[in-house]
Amino acid sequence: MSTHEISITVNGTAYTRTVDSRLHLADFLRQELGLTGTHIGCEHGVCGACTILLDGAAVRSCLLFAAQVDGHSLETVEGLAPDPEHLHPLQEAMRDCHGLQCGYCTPGILMTMKAFLEETASPDEAQVREALSGNLCRCTGYQHIVDAVLLAAERWRR
Amino acid sequence: MKPSPFTYHAPRTLDEALDLLATFDNARVLAGGQSLMPMMNYRVVQPEHLIDLGRIAELAFIDDTPDGLKIGAMTTQRTIERSALVRERCPLLTDALFHVGHQQTRNRGTIGGSICHLDPSAELPVTACALDAVMIAAAKTGRRKIPFVDFPAGYLTSSLEPDEILVAIDFGQWPQRAGSAFEEYAVRPADFAIVAIAAVIATDGDDIITEARIAAGGIAPVPTRLTGVEDILKGQRPSDALVKRAAAAAAAVPAEGDDANPPEYRQELAGHLTQRALTKAVRRAQT
Repeated sequence: MSTHEISITVNGTAYTRTVDSRLHLADFLRQELGLTGTHIGCEHGVCGACTILLDGAAVRSCLLFAAQVDGHSLETVEGLAPDPEHLHPLQEAMRDCHGLQCGYCTPGILMTMKAFLEETASPDEAQVREALSGNLCRCTGYQHIVDAVLLAAERWRR
Repeated sequence: MKPSPFTYHAPRTLDEALDLLATFDNARVLAGGQSLMPMMNYRVVQPEHLIDLGRIAELAFIDDTPDGLKIGAMTTQRTIERSALVRERCPLLTDALFHVGHQQTRNRGTIGGSICHLDPSAELPVTACALDAVMIAAAKTGRRKIPFVDFPAGYLTSSLEPDEILVAIDFGQWPQRAGSAFEEYAVRPADFAIVAIAAVIATDGDDIITEARIAAGGIAPVPTRLTGVEDILKGQRPSDALVKRAAAAAAAVPAEGDDANPPEYRQELAGHLTQRALTKAVRRAQT
């Protein structure tokens, strides 16, 4: 076992912490930084609930050790809304389209879709479904999530 | 779930990584972690030392060399998927990557990691098999080239020595007047394929097939070249009848299977997917 000092930026805030080598990034965010918006589902890279942005790219934080991201910049769902009074267009669209029920998968979906819409401003439905394929939702049947992403894309473009 | 305790190493250079690998017993190298980390989380794999290659910049590159396309082992699947150079110089690789995992896993997953992991239905080993790619492995004692045909030692096992690291994959020259296609069947898109087929067809100026390469994943513990099918195609003029004959031969190649997907089902899939792949590859070769 080894420990490592890491310095990272999460949602614009710099943190320095000492971590055990085997601490997953998802557990680090939740337990060390108290950022419990990142959810942990399967812990083996299948469900997508723990998706965060690592230097802008959507990745699964259960398949990374905290020690690996020393020096990098992360975004989690806590950083999505511009301020406490307003939601991100994706969050608004999820609310408006009933894109969530229990909400467990929602943070991962929001982060995956943020990276997706930043690359693909005007997606069609097939592209949205392909981009969503790495996130499991047990409640919605996906249709309302797809609707929400398409609506968010439309609002985001304006 | 927690991996068992290990010491984490983050070398900055290949030499440093090779030193570490030669020093420790029960050490594993970590590439993108999209297969090794689940295995560690489940404690299927319990290394005492984990050597992370993620900070070794010299292992991530896409080079257009006079001898063909060469890709560093730590290049992410997403980088390759989006490379215009790869699309131009090795379009089979781009097509194969479309089927690999999800955007989140391709952002981390590497070409070298996938090829060393050697999942029997993984797309990148099948692609390397079809193209006779050459693996370049490094150890402290020097480098060696391993043709893909000699690379798998068995199920999920490469022929790399314990002190070796895969550093690059040499895909060679893309043939003239060639077309290719990658076709697979999975229960849901982006799931592990049950059977995957990669095909490359090259023709001469008279529209005669000069080169045919067909590789299959999911019918054996390691990717397999369908040489009998290739022989049917070579020297012939492409036609629907020829493609059908080749597909029937692909379906006749013995397959291994399991309860969920028995051998005869995989053979049936191999036939259909070969027909689809060849139809596309021939069309692309002719345009």
